[in-house]
Order: sequence, then structure tokens, then C-alpha cells
Amino acid sequence: MFEIVDTRWLAENVKRFELRAPRVAAKQQPGQFVIVRVHDHGERIPLTIAASDPNAGTITLVVQGIGKTTRLINSLEAGHFLLDVVGPLGNPSEIREYGTVVIIGGGVGTAIAWPTARALKKAGNRVLTILGARNKRLVILETELRAVSDELFVTTDDGSYGQRGLVTDKLQELIREEERVDLVLAIGPIPMMRGVAEVTRPHGIPTTVSLNSIMVDGTGMCGGCRVLVGGEAKFACVDGPEFDAHQVDYDVLAQRNAMYRAAERDALERFQQDPQQDKERVEDQCRLIKQHPELETNDQ
Amino acid sequence: MTNPLSPKERVNLPRQEMPAQQPEVRRHDFDEVNLGLTVIQAHSEAARCLECNHPKCVEGCPVGVQVKEFVELIYEGDYLGAAAKIREDNVLPAVTGRVCPQENQCEGKCILGKRFAPLGIGYLERFVADYERSQGKVGLPPKQPATGKRVAIIGSGPAGLSAAGDLLLKGHDVTVFEALHEPGGVLIYGIPEFRLPKAIVRQEINNLRAMGVTFETNVVIGKTITIDELLGEEGFHAVFIATGAGLPKFLGIPGEHLAGVYSANEFLTRVNLMGANKFPDYDEPVYDCRDRAVAVVGAGNTAMDAVRTALRLEARRAILLYRRTEAEMPAREEEIQHAREEGVEFVTLTAPLEFLGDESGRLRAARCQKMQLGEPDASGRRSPIPIKGSEYELPLDVAIIALGTGANPLVQSTTPDLATDGRGYILADKETLCTSKRGVFAGGDIVTGGATVILAMGAGRQAAKAIHEYLASPS
Repeated sequence: MFEIVDTRWLAENVKRFELRAPRVAAKQQPGQFVIVRVHDHGERIPLTIAASDPNAGTITLVVQGIGKTTRLINSLEAGHFLLDVVGPLGNPSEIREYGTVVIIGGGVGTAIAWPTARALKKAGNRVLTILGARNKRLVILETELRAVSDELFVTTDDGSYGQRGLVTDKLQELIREEERVDLVLAIGPIPMMRGVAEVTRPHGIPTTVSLNSIMVDGTGMCGGCRVLVGGEAKFACVDGPEFDAHQVDYDVLAQRNAMYRAAERDALERFQQDPQQDKERVEDQCRLIKQHPELETNDQ
Repeated sequence: MTNPLSPKERVNLPRQEMPAQQPEVRRHDFDEVNLGLTVIQAHSEAARCLECNHPKCVEGCPVGVQVKEFVELIYEGDYLGAAAKIREDNVLPAVTGRVCPQENQCEGKCILGKRFAPLGIGYLERFVADYERSQGKVGLPPKQPATGKRVAIIGSGPAGLSAAGDLLLKGHDVTVFEALHEPGGVLIYGIPEFRLPKAIVRQEINNLRAMGVTFETNVVIGKTITIDELLGEEGFHAVFIATGAGLPKFLGIPGEHLAGVYSANEFLTRVNLMGANKFPDYDEPVYDCRDRAVAVVGAGNTAMDAVRTALRLEARRAILLYRRTEAEMPAREEEIQHAREEGVEFVTLTAPLEFLGDESGRLRAARCQKMQLGEPDASGRRSPIPIKGSEYELPLDVAIIALGTGANPLVQSTTPDLATDGRGYILADKETLCTSKRGVFAGGDIVTGGATVILAMGAGRQAAKAIHEYLASPS
């Protein structure tokens, strides 16, 4: 089992977790994810690792409460345990000196972009970051991203903070103003990533997106996360999660991600009406591990 | 008590029939189909053994179970002794007694089978394993003194478990790493409850724990820990790679990305490992099959498992689509028969050409083509030839592709000095299962490609023997 050692709300519905997972922390590279299962009736969901501290043996996850599982996770506090955390999975981001790099984080995608931005900065790139959100209260990790960016811009849909508009508006400005842009990395909602791809395509700017497909095992065994890239089926878990933004079929991604919408709605409604059973399952785990501390190792 | 019957009397005894749940009942639930022999049936069946001087059945067994000896112990009523005898060669008797293709192995070689029905070796093996469980006791073979050597096993499927058991008995310290949250590999995520109850797999794994095997779940070797680290700072003296089946194969036809098209691996994992049939009590969903049309493409054991699972998820139609005829189906005869009894529709000599979706990207039909059989191909089976102009649309809500798997790249991609073939399978010596990397052995599906539980267990035994010799050799 995996202990939550610290939590902090970053925005409405968005929470940051420090989780004790020493083996994952020792290996994590930017762009990689873990698969998490909260309790023994839980589903397996992928969550990208925002940061890790190999010395403390902890990893950082940023969770946006959308469905049942993410809302359940966001109801947990330090001292709770997650039953299963496995990783780091997926291929790391390709970190090298490109020149000028534009990093675009939409909503909670910002948390995923953060480690890659930091690594790209460290590799000697000029890092320009655009954070997009619906409104001011939903802008997350601005300080963290600012610290690893040469310049940082915020756009909000309602103009309550930064520039009013979409990240693609700002991206277009940057492409006009900058001498050259060597790489764009966009992580966020599917329409945003599609929009970014369409902006950079006519300029021939290499563009990467990180795909959030539905996964089960995360190791290539089930094929549930398959996406169409350049007309070919790819597994986001072992071939990705990052792909050439200009080759991704976003319609198929959106359609496959909507596959369980009815079940997801059902599960969420049940959880909101009666969250007690799930919370008790988590509390039971905490009691169990207090009696049997050896369960913190992976053998169950 | 030795068997007093003459050979003539023995051959005239009828083979005991496996009691089973009625098809019309079982197609609606996930309870086990076969119920197991009674004590009286087991005794009568054991009495049929001819006790050959050179038993052919043992030759037919990939792990060399001492059939004659354990059957004799059953005849004598020493069921725990029989279990211990089996465990000397096979650490998972409750599993193999259920899922082995005995008709091609031990029972296929049984002398009785030449003129009469072969001895029910699988039924008897299952009987002693179930007896142990019902008594809460385990018949364990003796263990050698500790050697102080540590072996890491990657993967807790049949190859890994079998190697773990053998290495442990030889006195080595064994740790099994599993990527998923529960050990058992294909026995847990792949084979359905109605064919192999998960409680039985868990019991077998607990028996291995009781013998001293350590299991570490949630560890993906190649990602969480590399092979080099296992042999380095993690302090293991040898590694056995038994990662099993890998990436599922698809047909490569248009429309396979549609929502509602699954690999058999995914469909079965959602139900078997994640409990999707019990949604919403369990959180993982599976596409709602109730009153829908479901087709499985393929005709191996996995295809049968998937199509029978769809039936139990209350599909209106559960169809098996196969491009050859029933005679060429690779599945076990018993699985084919069970599927038919339960109401699976066999649509043979038919192949899907394309999956068709609605405007929201959900599967609505498969465009199929009729086939006829031509000359035998490289596999010796008559190859299907498309019939021009025979295309038609088969309305479908769910399609499940059960065409086998390719190699999983995770271990190989982070172990550059581990040689693989052109398709990504690990190259290992046929006898010793040695790989190109010193101290590293590999076996099971990751070497041979998709095969059976018992062949993987055979590879596990072979690896255990080779690893034991490797660890015993100086330097």
C-alpha cells in the first residue's frame, strides 16, 4: 500500500498529493505516469507523475476530480493509503536542446507539462510557457512553471486573469513574434490539443501532445488505450503517451474516451449520494496497515 | 490396499462422467461449470488405471507428473499423499486439473484410450486438489536445505509459479515480481471464473507463500526495476523471465478503433481481474452487453472464454466468428462443446472485413465475407479462401478480437544485451532456457509465443532445473 504523506488543494476540484512510492520515485522521468487503484473494488486509472523526490521516496500527483475515482481520491488526506500504485509507466519525454520551446498546459494538463518543462529548461532550451484555464481560480502551478520558464503567459476564457482568450491565440502571437519556435508541447483537454496542432501545422513546427486514453493494465497487455496515429493503431501506454500532434486522430481519441460515459455517470451519482462505503473501504485499509505495517511493501 | 481387479475387469469399468451445472442455468452465472468427481467416482475412476510398467501418460505430460503413483494413492484413499506426489512435479494441480488439454497429453497417451475411454487423469488430479482445499490442508513435498541463493522470477503466471515452486523445493530463496496488483497472471486476468474459480488460484498462490515464495505485486520489471538492478543492487543470483503473452493482436481491418471493439485480453481482464461484471459494486466498467449482439473473432480457448463470458453478461446473441470450420478450431473439444450447449452461435467460414460505426464512433455492424476451404497451408490446416460477392453486414454492438498476442517489449527494451528474434520474442536455449545474458533465463509465452498453461509450466520446470544447475556450478 502507498501512503499519502501530504495534500494541498490547488484549485476548485484540483488537489496535489505527495505519495510514498520509493521505487517509482527513484525511476520517474518527465512524461511518465502511474496506474492507481484506490481500494479493492476500485478501477485502475492512469495519472501522470508531476514530480518526484527520490531522496524522500515520494511522487507528486495532481488530480482533477471529474469522475467517481478521481473525486474519491480528492476526498483523501495525509495518512490515508492507496491500495495500488504501479510505475513509472510509458516512455519519458524526449529531453534535449531544441532551441526555443513553447510549453502549453491546459487545466490539469499543466501538472503533466511541469516536469517536462523543467527538464527542457535544464537541457538549455528557451522555455516559453502558456497556461490556459477557464478562469483565474483554475490556474494551477503558476509559480512552479514560472520558475522553469523564460517567459510565462496566462490565458483565461473569461479574462479574469492574464490575457482573455485561448492558449492558441497566445501561441499564434508567439509564432508571429518569435524568430523561430523549434518545438511545441501541448497537454490538456482534447479540443485544446487539436487546436494547437492546427495552429502549428501550417508552420511546420514539430508539436507533441500527451494522450490521456482509458487504460487498464498500462503495460501493453490489454490494448484498451489504442489510438490512431498517422492512421496506425498505437498503444498509448507502451508506444506513448506522447505522440506527434499532427498525426493524432483526435476524433477517435474523444470517441474512445467517451465509451463508458453512461457507466461513469452512474458510478459518480452513486458515489455522490452515498460516499460512505468507498470511504470505509479506504479506512479499512488504513486500519489494516496499522496492524500489519509489513503490507507497505508490495506483497499482498 | 492394492487394486485387486484384473486388467480385463479394469478395462470394462466405465469412465466416470464429470458432473456439471446444467447449461440453461450456468449460462446466466459465473459459477464453475464442472463440479468435480465425488469420492466414490474418484475411487471408481482410479480403479481403471492399468498401472503400466512404462506409463505413456507421464511421457505425454509437459511437467512429467507421476500419474500411476498418484492414482494409486487415490485408490488407497490417501488423497493428501496423492496431492504431495503431484506437487513434486506440478505446483498447481487444482489449476492444471481444470485447464490442461489432457486429451492431447497424458490422457491422449493412455493405453486404455486405444480401445476404451482413457483414464480420467485430469479429473483425478482436480479431485485431489479440491480435496486438499476442502480439508484446509496441503500435501507438500519435502524441501531441500537453504542454499543462500536468491532467484528473481518476472511474472506470476503459470511459468513463473511453476519455476518458483521447483526452485523453492531445491532450497533457493525465491521472489516473484508481478506487474498487476494481484499475482496469477493469465490464471487471474485471462481464464474466467466459470472455468477456473479465482479462489482456487488464490489458494494455490497461498500454498506457494506457505512454502516460502515471496510475491511482490505492482512491480513492472523493465520500468520499476531493471534486470541489471535485479542482478546488481537488488542482490539476486539469477533471473527467470516469464512475462508471458504480450500485446494483443488485432485484425488490421478498418474500424477496429471503434468504441465497442475489444481485444479478448481487455474484455477478459475487465471482467476477471477487475470485476466489471459486478459493476457498480466494482468500479471498473465493461461495455454493457445486456440484450446486445456480441461477436468474438477467433476459435481458440481464449475466444471460447470471451464468448461464454459475453453470454453471462446477458448478451442477446453471443456469436463466434471463425474463418475456417469447426474441425479446424484450436480450442479444446470440451470448451467447444460447453459453448455450444450454452447457446453460443457458431458462424464459421466467415471473416470480418471491416467494422462499421455510427456517427458517435460506436460499433454498429461488421461487414463479413464468406469463405471456403482450400488446400492445407503451412500449419497443415486447410486455408480459407474468400468467396467473391458473399459480403454481408452483421449487426453488432460489441466485437472481441481473440487472435492471440505478440511479444511485450517492456523487459527487452531496457535490457539491451538480451537478444530477441525479429518479432521481439526473447531468444533462449531450447534445453537450458539460457538467454544471451549471463544468469538470465526465459521461458513460456515470451519465448514461444502464445501457448497453453501447462506448456508454460513445463518451461518453468525446465528453467528451474537449469537455474539450479547454474547456481550450483562454481563461479
